[in-house]
Amino acid sequence: MMITLQKLNFSYPNTSPVFQNFDWQVQRGERWALLGPSGCGKTTLLYILAGLRFPTTGKLLIDGEKITRPRPQSGLILQEYGLLPWATVRENVELGLRVRGFYGADGIHAPRGETPVNLDVLPLLKELRLDALTDKYPSQISGGQRQRTAIARTLILNPDLLLMDEPFSSLDALTRADLQNLTLKLCNEKNLTLIMVTHAIEEAAIMGNKILLLGNPPNIEPVIINNPNVEKEGYRDSQAYTELCQDLRQRMEKA
Amino acid sequence: MKKRDVFFASIAILFFWQISALIVDRNILPSPILVIEVFFKELFNGKMLEHAAASLWRVMAGMFLSVALAAPVGLILGQSKKLNRFFSPVIYLLYPIPKVVLVPIVLLFLGIGDLPKIVIIFMILFFQILVLVRDQATALPMELIQSVQSLGAGRRALFRFVYLPASLPAILTALRQSVGTAVAVLYIAELFATQRGLGYYIYFNGSTLFDYPAMYAGVLAMSLLGLGLYFTVDWFERRLCKWQFAE
Repeated sequence: MMITLQKLNFSYPNTSPVFQNFDWQVQRGERWALLGPSGCGKTTLLYILAGLRFPTTGKLLIDGEKITRPRPQSGLILQEYGLLPWATVRENVELGLRVRGFYGADGIHAPRGETPVNLDVLPLLKELRLDALTDKYPSQISGGQRQRTAIARTLILNPDLLLMDEPFSSLDALTRADLQNLTLKLCNEKNLTLIMVTHAIEEAAIMGNKILLLGNPPNIEPVIINNPNVEKEGYRDSQAYTELCQDLRQRMEKA
Repeated sequence: MKKRDVFFASIAILFFWQISALIVDRNILPSPILVIEVFFKELFNGKMLEHAAASLWRVMAGMFLSVALAAPVGLILGQSKKLNRFFSPVIYLLYPIPKVVLVPIVLLFLGIGDLPKIVIIFMILFFQILVLVRDQATALPMELIQSVQSLGAGRRALFRFVYLPASLPAILTALRQSVGTAVAVLYIAELFATQRGLGYYIYFNGSTLFDYPAMYAGVLAMSLLGLGLYFTVDWFERRLCKWQFAE
């Protein structure tokens, strides 16, 4: 089991709980979309998984370990503002490696016993079509290019779990589809477990082979929708996709 | 700014000065040609270089001290909401006080020598840098901090890879904005309790020796000191904060 949530309770100070005795499990290699309206707690859940927020009570295990701080094998990609504005594309991609070099393989900030990091980021930049932009600053490139940089920065650290918070919601439709496909391809190639937060039904239906639907807090019972068709050829134009979107929309309206 | 434009602007200013000198036609406004001649004579054969060096040393020491103390304090306040809440009313009160009015008090306590002058420059720059660095650190988006944390950065790495580079433009902007004021206040401070520095040199030549061309040469030297410092900071800003000028 990759991720185990047991009897998770979470509430912000002086508000009603967001999660109440919430159980959820994620298998290695699964791709989950966390779908729900704003304020449902989907981003909160992602931040808990990222080790940036902590459950009020309950248990969270990732790969068998309790999470007390960001886990070195988890990559986090946010909607915007994740890149250092004063660093070039190449420097941004190298950042995680330099952070690891800064601490050494101490098992806290970087995986224990890892050999000295390879600083050659160029092959990955090429793979993500960033090799022509290595010396540009984030302000000089497009939103899609910025998110590809953020993905590269995470992938260079060889993560096994990718956590994404509405990563493509500020992009235009074509770029969004391009990056969705790229993310799916990378997840398959590198055998990544994906957890992506989204408020867009279509995106959840395309990205997730499983969808966790969250509603108005408190979330108690997880609502899980399986989406086995997502692997099939031509899924984006298929009947199954349209039906799933309709189903999700109805469920969201009811909730 | 193009170098060529700056050059033509200097020519225009000298031209205007020359015309004014011809119209006024009195010894209290010597022509720029005479002043520049005296400037070089005083610089290489006279005592002006010594005075200029004294002034330069005071400004540089004040700048160095203020950066060394204000930047860390600004970074700490920018990171800690609690500390900032505690200290910001104090800064709020002290920051707008024109530091030049404190010159007599500082001289009273620290007496003659370089120290009171350095302290005055330090006070001007300290608050400017402190406030800009603090605000810069506070303005860093939460997403940026969290992304870097998710790459494994703890407190020390955040400091090294995020807060420190983020504060650099703030330090340089603060220096660029206030180095002119610092030189102006240095002039005031050098009128009292010292026999070294361009301020003293200007005052002594103007009011005691009535050597107006030498006085003007001193004014020119002090202007060049301010300009030179401004351009130096500007140069560092362009070099070290390239991303702010990228198009």
